Amino acid sequence: MSSHHESSSARDSLAARLEKEGGVSVADCYQCGKCTAGCPAAVDMDVAPSQVLRLLQSETPKHEERALSSLSIWLCIGCETCVTRCPQEVDLPRAMDFLRQEALARKLANQEADDVVAFHQAFLKSVEKGGRLFEFGMIGDYKLRTGHFFKDLGLAPTMFLKGKMSPFPHGGGNKREVAKMFARARAVKKEPQK
Amino acid sequence: MTALRIGYYPGCSLTGTSRDFGESTRVVAEALDIDLAEIPEWNCCGSSPAHMIDHVMSVALPVNVLLKAKKAGLAEVMSPCSACYSRLVMGKHEVETSPAAKAQVEKVLACPSGALDGLPKVLNVIELLARISDRIPPKVTRKFDQTVACYYGCLMVRPPKVTGFDRTEDPVEMDKLVALVGGKTIDWSFKTECCGASFSISRTSVVGRLGAKILQDAVKRKAEAVIVACPMCHSNLDLRRGEINKRLEKPADIPVLFITQVIGLALGIPEKKLGLHRHFVRVKFPTKTAPTQAVP
Repeated sequence: MSSHHESSSARDSLAARLEKEGGVSVADCYQCGKCTAGCPAAVDMDVAPSQVLRLLQSETPKHEERALSSLSIWLCIGCETCVTRCPQEVDLPRAMDFLRQEALARKLANQEADDVVAFHQAFLKSVEKGGRLFEFGMIGDYKLRTGHFFKDLGLAPTMFLKGKMSPFPHGGGNKREVAKMFARARAVKKEPQK
Repeated sequence: MTALRIGYYPGCSLTGTSRDFGESTRVVAEALDIDLAEIPEWNCCGSSPAHMIDHVMSVALPVNVLLKAKKAGLAEVMSPCSACYSRLVMGKHEVETSPAAKAQVEKVLACPSGALDGLPKVLNVIELLARISDRIPPKVTRKFDQTVACYYGCLMVRPPKVTGFDRTEDPVEMDKLVALVGGKTIDWSFKTECCGASFSISRTSVVGRLGAKILQDAVKRKAEAVIVACPMCHSNLDLRRGEINKRLEKPADIPVLFITQVIGLALGIPEKKLGLHRHFVRVKFPTKTAPTQAVP
């Protein structure tokens, strides 16, 4: 399959790729709904967690796009309750991770999730630059990305006074090593999946 | 009593927003003769953002930490932060069970094949304290005479196949530690419910909604404090109390303590050394009562 990976005639369904890249078989799900019942975020979601799997089961581009453009994949907190209780042990959190990355790669991420995406990106940028998280810098970056300049400003003075936030990076760690890891990971991701 | 030497991964939160967790872990370890050997030049574990949008790095970052520990000759690593603990056990699990993931991480870390064999075992702080629990009662100078709710959150117990820690839906190990220093714990329904974790900044309303349910149940069952072992559980229930109380008929004023602070108070360690002054919600119950006899 790999030699035709780019051609449209040999399209791998998301379900097939998720199985190959993440070891998750969506066919195992028989739609009992236990994941949705226990999900702390389901109440805010546009597509229930079990329905996200259902969309993937159909293996049609239309349904796959619906899953990729859902708000749900960005509201998943990663609490691991669903996979813990699933009678079929379908790793739904791993599927959510896969769908988020695919949604970003295909520029299908739901716009209502812009803040969530911005937070994750600002966090990782901070780690890439400093090796460790620099909270103050990360929050500044998040505010620039989202325009939420005034949110939580009321908490800031107490956080400084209580020593929970510093305007200076922590130091320590190995910045150069971590930056190189991020660079090498970008190259690894471009390689065709075996 | 011989000192127990164990690898120590504080993670970013314990040097920043949850300094109190880091401070109390260190002083309690010292009091119990545990030698915490900090992993040299450790890096961030990637936390939620890495597994949310960068799977390769979500494995490579924690595995790099464990590789450094291995190189430092550490057979076990203790990580107090539940989120770090989760990333460390999940990363280790992935390279140990998926040859493809392992090959990928070897490339990202530019390490020879075989370097990732025999990575250190990962423990959370409850597991470590439970292991040396016989050392605690003889050192108790001030009974922790409170009724509290032990709140485990998500990532210490889930997914059970990877963490292998305690009873998944009704864990008890933290409750046992509190009982060991003279405290009472309540039976309640929210021991392992999610607090909203990394949505603290980007979806604060979610944290308010979930935290309100958790605190409402704890208060209803007469808990005088909530005890946690996770920086995110702590900040979401403590720092975000305003957001939570907006959703409660009667504002909750019970404090949130780290388990290490509870043990530290019982061991007679001054509250400032345990970082209690860094909380947003003040601890009102007495923490400086006259010394009592050791708990029988």
